Amino acid sequence: MDAFITLILEFAIPTLIVSAIFVAILFFLLPREVRTIFKRELKSYFTSPIAYVLFIVFLGISSTLSFFFTGVLEGGEADLFLPYFQYLPWYLVLIAPAVGMRLWSEEQRLGTLELMLTMPLAPWHAILGKYLAAAVVLFAMLVLSFPIVWTMNFLGDPDNGVIMAGFVATFFVALCFLAVTSVISAITRSQLVALLVSVALCMMLWLGGLPHLSELLMNLKGGWLVFWPILKLVNVIGVMPHFTELAKGVLGLRDIVFFLSFITFCLFATSVAIRLKRA
Amino acid sequence: MIVVENLHKHFGSKVAVDGVSFTVKKGEVLGFLGPNGAGKSTTMRMVTGFLPPTLGRVTIGGADIEENEIEAKSKIGYLPEAAPLYSDMTVEGFLRFAAEMRRVPAGEITAAVNKAIETTFLEPVRHQSVDTLSKGYRHRTCFAQSIIHDPEVLILDEPTDGLDPNQKQEIRQLIRRMGETKAIIFSTHILEEVEASCTRAIIIDRGRVIADGTPAELMAKASNAGIVTLRASGLAGSGIKAELEKLSAVASVEVIKSEENGITARITPAKGKTDKLSSAVFGVCKDKNLTVDELRVEEGRLDLLFREITKTDADK
Repeated sequence: MDAFITLILEFAIPTLIVSAIFVAILFFLLPREVRTIFKRELKSYFTSPIAYVLFIVFLGISSTLSFFFTGVLEGGEADLFLPYFQYLPWYLVLIAPAVGMRLWSEEQRLGTLELMLTMPLAPWHAILGKYLAAAVVLFAMLVLSFPIVWTMNFLGDPDNGVIMAGFVATFFVALCFLAVTSVISAITRSQLVALLVSVALCMMLWLGGLPHLSELLMNLKGGWLVFWPILKLVNVIGVMPHFTELAKGVLGLRDIVFFLSFITFCLFATSVAIRLKRA
Repeated sequence: MIVVENLHKHFGSKVAVDGVSFTVKKGEVLGFLGPNGAGKSTTMRMVTGFLPPTLGRVTIGGADIEENEIEAKSKIGYLPEAAPLYSDMTVEGFLRFAAEMRRVPAGEITAAVNKAIETTFLEPVRHQSVDTLSKGYRHRTCFAQSIIHDPEVLILDEPTDGLDPNQKQEIRQLIRRMGETKAIIFSTHILEEVEASCTRAIIIDRGRVIADGTPAELMAKASNAGIVTLRASGLAGSGIKAELEKLSAVASVEVIKSEENGITARITPAKGKTDKLSSAVFGVCKDKNLTVDELRVEEGRLDLLFREITKTDADK
């Protein structure tokens, strides 16, 4: 019973508050066009099987594999919970592009891009509306993984603050992957190509921040130095260190700024990609 | 309402539209003709602001489509050639979405949707999902979307494509009716449509405007315009050819059928003398005591003009 109240207080209420803030921003701050596109997009996720399939895949993979790999069950120690989050971005490398692949490529395949871009709206209205809808799908996905939290609270007495931080960090990483997918889906009309390229880029984005890569950079020699700028760039925009910091429960301004500027940059790149499509 | 000045569009080294200019006033229906690949759709896409022009300017009701994008676009209703739709929506859901996007006030959306559904005969499929619609219904759903906000300017890329003859007729009448209060541009391959619903027509070929005028003016330019067919009977029938050829209004006479006491001939008018031809021919027959059984002046055929002026160099 105690665990139940804890869950309500420490998870349900913050989730509701965040949702309420989001709805308020959507309805009171953003233009009507963003809202209309957001509604249409969100509805289309749930009228097609795509959202449900992705939910099941994500929840299935994350719960079974995480328990299996992290050995939480064997140890029975709630402290081991952190590893659960270390694995989540790996699944999101696949799941976030699967959520976002249709955003713009579907629009191009159906030809509706021509309709949308001749309607009286600024391109950023459409880009933001679509992005927010996909973000809500990812948010719902994370919220639906609450049984794992429940289990942890049932088994022991974990630091729920750290768990919450883990969710926040995971969500930010998911948003970054989604933003990358948004750019790629604006470039191609094939959802499959959008998915594959985005998965590859997200993987790079995730692995780019590996500590090993930093070591490798310092030890580059001779002819390999030509790769230095590329590797350095991948290393700098790698999301892993920012994720790790946030997931530790350190709500660093630096990391939040990194995530937000990365997403803004990608959404801007999406608008450039769409403009180039038209020219 | 619509002012298009010196519009150019280059795709790489390919020139799709090469200096097109025209204006469409309120109450005018402009028919856009041309062979496939002539630059019709590209021009329309630039007028609607979907494609940025390489050079030139488009203004809609005084608002520049590039500099004052949102204001200009809010005045336009547009039916793209492929009639694209979101396949996961119902007809009504899609029209509601379009109405919201086209800035129909929230309280008037239901009325606007109902009106558009009624105008385009979509009632039977109102709640049906878009991806189960037949081609005709898909086309009309997209058409409904273009008129949902009662725009001042309508741009329709092949609005009757994929419709059966009855529906084509209905849509033509609809365009004609709406043309009384709006400025409309529509493209088509079907030349009778131009006569049926346009107040003006433009023929475009290889990116250039090669003819511009009312359907009647264009028809008069066709090579068959003003040709007189004469069927006359009487004793002097066989000698009449020479008499006709002497007339200044006649360019040539072609005898189609020559009988003992009669003649059927096709008489081509000399340049600029089209209106005088039939009375002159009639006069000759009277002088020679011939009975005129039939005297028919041909109207120019738009399809003939179209073929004559859009021939590629290879055809000539």
